[in-house]
Amino acid sequence: MKDDKARDQQAQLAPAEAARRRFLAGVAGAAGVALAPGVLLYGVAGAKAPDAPVTDQVRWGLLIDTTKCATECDACVTACKTENGWGQNEVRSRPDQRAHWIRKLTVKDRSSGHVMSMPMMCQHCETAPCADVCPTGASFRRIDGIVLVDKHICIGCRYCMMACPYKARSFIHENLEGQKPYAPRGKGTVESCTLCVHRVDAGEQPACVVACNRDGHKAMVFGDLRDPNSEISKVIRARGSTQVRADLQLNPGVQYQGF
Amino acid sequence: MKAIRLPRRFAWIVAVALLAAAAAQAGRVPLPQPQQVPPEIATSCVEDTDVMRHKHFEFILHQRDETMHWGIRTKRHSLKNCLNCHVRQRPDGSYPKHTDPDHFCNACHEYAAVHIDCFDCHFDGPEKAAK
Ligand code: HEC
Ligand code: HEC
Ligand code: HEC
Repeated sequence: MKDDKARDQQAQLAPAEAARRRFLAGVAGAAGVALAPGVLLYGVAGAKAPDAPVTDQVRWGLLIDTTKCATECDACVTACKTENGWGQNEVRSRPDQRAHWIRKLTVKDRSSGHVMSMPMMCQHCETAPCADVCPTGASFRRIDGIVLVDKHICIGCRYCMMACPYKARSFIHENLEGQKPYAPRGKGTVESCTLCVHRVDAGEQPACVVACNRDGHKAMVFGDLRDPNSEISKVIRARGSTQVRADLQLNPGVQYQGF
Repeated sequence: MKAIRLPRRFAWIVAVALLAAAAAQAGRVPLPQPQQVPPEIATSCVEDTDVMRHKHFEFILHQRDETMHWGIRTKRHSLKNCLNCHVRQRPDGSYPKHTDPDHFCNACHEYAAVHIDCFDCHFDGPEKAAK
């Protein structure tokens, strides 16, 4: 009975009230604990409560050390396929039409002959060209920095695929079966790396990062770029990082080291 | 004159009686019987049953936007959660597909000629049935 009452109250929240709650939750998320004047201790970015909205106090980022990325290894790609269920059920599409949420590239510097290997996926730009050109608002940047496609409103026009300088997006050309419950995918919509948003919301790391660490290469670090004490921030502060096509000034959340 | 009038009235009565019998026996599409959740799993839905019958789509469509854009992943109105309770294993161990008549979400929709595209993308069974 008591449960019923609480449930009813929640169900009847007016939109304004819901918005107010969201705003308050955002403010609460922003509050650090003052230890001493000028010293702030920010909560470690762990699992957020399921009913808490995401906030801009976090910016998710991924750092990839190409010097640790092995040419013959594709553990990150396999893990992404398994987690998100792509690359197995597109049976009628041509190879160049199939999904590629993440791919391995081998890059050679023409003048020095230096060869390196790296994974390429959605770079989760701060000023994302895909979101800019999207006519329906389906491509958007979530407030915590993750660039997503809201497939519910994607009309499949593929402007975003043209706009993306990283060739990170793909389009589904056929009816699919056997999708993962956490990664719905279907014909006529565009998709790309979600940074495993369903895992991140649960306080876990993206599947590619877990796989890379498990295989001992440890070439990928995932974390909060806003938190100066996160591992990713510390490593970038100590050793610097490179953004692919930095000249475009998109400020990607995915950054690289070693080239 | 009389000889003609009587059979006419008779025919009219017979026609009415026949129509009534046909309507009572075979005339209606049977009401949908969505699969029941066994009482050992749950005895009530996430909202009152009659509210769910009328408004289930409002809850899930609202939840959809909250999850996509704000990362809100509460279970109560989540589509995955509906399916966890409502899509039951058949005696032969298989699960109904969203196109099968015995899939919970199909029963009423077929009757009411509602078409939903959700399962073009979303897995149509409980999470534990996913490979
Ligand atoms: C074109 C593909 C597509 C279609 C069609 C689609 N969805 Fe989704 N849906 C998604 C994706 C992608 C997500 C995000 C999954 C995540 O982040 O966990 C999602 C998430 C959701 C969520 C939040 C997660 C959950 O399980 O509660 C709900 C609710 C939802 N969709 C409802 C619907 C409903 C209702 C329909 C039909 C009217 C529908 N969707 C049709 C792709 C689709
Ligand atoms: C905890 C398990 C559970 C979950 C989760 C759940 N339901 Fe239910 N639902 C039930 C039960 C049990 C009933 C039957 C209640 C009764 O007999 O009065 C029911 C009844 C219904 C009915 C009416 C069916 C009829 O026979 O007329 C609809 C429609 C419905 N649910 C939709 C949903 C939707 C949509 C969701 C997801 C938002 C959902 N349910 C989530 C357990 C659940
Ligand atoms: C008790 C019968 C019943 C059951 C069971 C049922 N539905 Fe429905 N649903 C309806 C009816 C009737 C409508 C049309 C309502 C209207 O248009 O006013 C509808 C409409 C919808 C819509 C909106 C469609 C649109 O185009 O606006 C969605 C989404 C939906 N249902 C999802 C579901 C899902 C998912 C399930 C299974 C978890 C489910 N329904 C189970 C009766 C049912």
